[in-house]
Amino acid sequence: MGTITVSNLGKAYKQYPNRWSRLIEWITPGNNKRHQLKWVLQDINFTVNAGEAVGIIGINGAGKSTLLKLITGTTQPTTGTVHMTGRVAAMLELGMGFHPDFTGRQNAFMAGQLLGITSGEIARLMPNIEAFAEIGDYIDQPVRVYSSGMQMRLAFSVATAIRPDVLIVDEALSVGDAYFQHKSFECIRDFRKQGTTLLMVSHDKQAIQSICDRAILLSDGQLAMEGEPEAVMDYYNAMLANHQNQKIKQEVKDDGKVQIVSGTGEATIQSISLLSTDRRRVLDVAVGQSVTIRVEVRVNTDLNRLILGYGIRDRLGQVVFGTNTNLTKQALESVSTGTNLCYEINFCANLGPGTYSIQLALSSTETHLVNNYEWRNIALVFNVVNINKPSFEGVAWIPPSIEINKI
Amino acid sequence: MSMLRAIWTYRGFIRGSVQREFQVKYRNSLLGAAWNIINPLAMIVVYTVIFAQVMRAKLPGVDSTFAYSIYLCAGVLTWGLFAEMVGRCQTMFLDNANLLKKISFPRITLPIIVVANAGLNFVIVFGLFLAFLVVSGNFPGWVVLAVLPVLVLQIALAMGLGMVLGVLNVFFRDVGHFFGIFIQFWFWLTPIVYPANILPERIMPLMALNPMASLVAAYQGIWVNQQWPQWASLLPTALLAASLCLLGLHLFKKNVGEMVDEL
Repeated sequence: MGTITVSNLGKAYKQYPNRWSRLIEWITPGNNKRHQLKWVLQDINFTVNAGEAVGIIGINGAGKSTLLKLITGTTQPTTGTVHMTGRVAAMLELGMGFHPDFTGRQNAFMAGQLLGITSGEIARLMPNIEAFAEIGDYIDQPVRVYSSGMQMRLAFSVATAIRPDVLIVDEALSVGDAYFQHKSFECIRDFRKQGTTLLMVSHDKQAIQSICDRAILLSDGQLAMEGEPEAVMDYYNAMLANHQNQKIKQEVKDDGKVQIVSGTGEATIQSISLLSTDRRRVLDVAVGQSVTIRVEVRVNTDLNRLILGYGIRDRLGQVVFGTNTNLTKQALESVSTGTNLCYEINFCANLGPGTYSIQLALSSTETHLVNNYEWRNIALVFNVVNINKPSFEGVAWIPPSIEINKI
Repeated sequence: MSMLRAIWTYRGFIRGSVQREFQVKYRNSLLGAAWNIINPLAMIVVYTVIFAQVMRAKLPGVDSTFAYSIYLCAGVLTWGLFAEMVGRCQTMFLDNANLLKKISFPRITLPIIVVANAGLNFVIVFGLFLAFLVVSGNFPGWVVLAVLPVLVLQIALAMGLGMVLGVLNVFFRDVGHFFGIFIQFWFWLTPIVYPANILPERIMPLMALNPMASLVAAYQGIWVNQQWPQWASLLPTALLAASLCLLGLHLFKKNVGEMVDEL
């Protein structure tokens, strides 16, 4: 129960040169094609196993929503098939077709009926729906007076009133406030533990990385990449920056991690290393040890401004700490061609035990989305081990002093 | 077959939709559901009291105060059902575009909802009409049962035509505009307000081409003359209804997927 198999899926819209050509095509006998097909999705193949969580990412217009609509059956595919098992609940768009003149309660009934739940069962579930949505007296007010967040709360509560085998969620969730987002993700996590398969579209990196086992990147209606959320997200970020004539390169490193390098190449990273205080290269670092990240940069064109940014990320790809030379007021102005630079970043590895990676960015401004000279996501991977500290939890080493007094 | 199963699975949705539509009509009014009775009641009163008592309109050949009123109601009420069903079917996909684009549900439930709703409205007005007949002493007796098969035939005709127009209207919006005009001509070209025998002799054969003419004539025969319908006269209409239903179903099945892309 709860699998999704998408094979060879494609969607094309018919485009007619003018309004009359469709009529001519309809009434003339035989195979007289007068339309052109505009493909918005092509050759999509993937499988989601029972209990798996898969995130779909891609820029606006990449075909994400169309893909979800095809999967849920709202629109019919032009080629290929979608096969699903188990009960499906989908939240494709805000409000699930709520009728503005009816109360939240009536709309909840209608939405439930549209999911194929009987009225009796909805009546039984209604207290839970009300409790989860937490919209108070508004449940008996017409939906037209609802805020978009309230509509989303109600829609989510109805869609998840019964645990589905497959839950499909569009970006709708991002409308909710932090509290409800937290609550809905908690609910999704809970469902996952009980075996619900999840397919979600999101631009929220944190959401994808913390919930999904796998991510799928759509680009121009094609499946551009499929794999670990972190790697796919990084590739996506590189793609976002790819509006200048940048190159994106993927390399699989020895440890199986995927390194992505993108950028226009006005400045390039020649080498990166992690050094201990005695200038030895290290890959294992003790909690609290002083270390140096050494980055060598070559400038290939005269640049007005050059900034190096870096970030230390945990194994889920969350940035633990990041800054850049603009924030430290060390941006370089007027750098000429052929300059070789060496940055040394000294810090104490006050990190919890685990694997961390370093990402680097060379640009002219704070974000790597404009004038991205070079960006690489997993420039270096290192381990932090606890050698001489009492054991603790978490990603940060924040040594406390605890006082206990009797009062 | 799978369509029937889908309809059964979504019976809750169908019932709920009919109920909601019934409620929403007079939602922001003070009298609420009472309007569902007041409106058709006013219509019956206009056709009966005004025409019979005030205008003293007479049906040629029948010597009864209410004959013309009954004749008129027999045609107008059933035509109303027909027009409502076809009209609503024709716009059902456009009206529900929001739902169709967002949610996956069996689309075949939409025409069912339309029929159920129109049927419900008809039952109310028809009930009032029956009450009037009983009160005024014009109830035709057992022959009234003949109304049922004629109604079934009329609903089939309306459904078939409605489905064809409904699907076409998604792709060619002209269909809706055209049919709005067409149905007005159709109403006046059907002997509803006037008796068929006032028509010139040479037009009579053309009346045979009007599928509604034989249906309305059957109703009028039942109510005014207590006559059983001439079943043979309904045969062409039945054939037309059957073929329209098949064509409608075929068009629906063929285009149901593409429809969402056009909305």
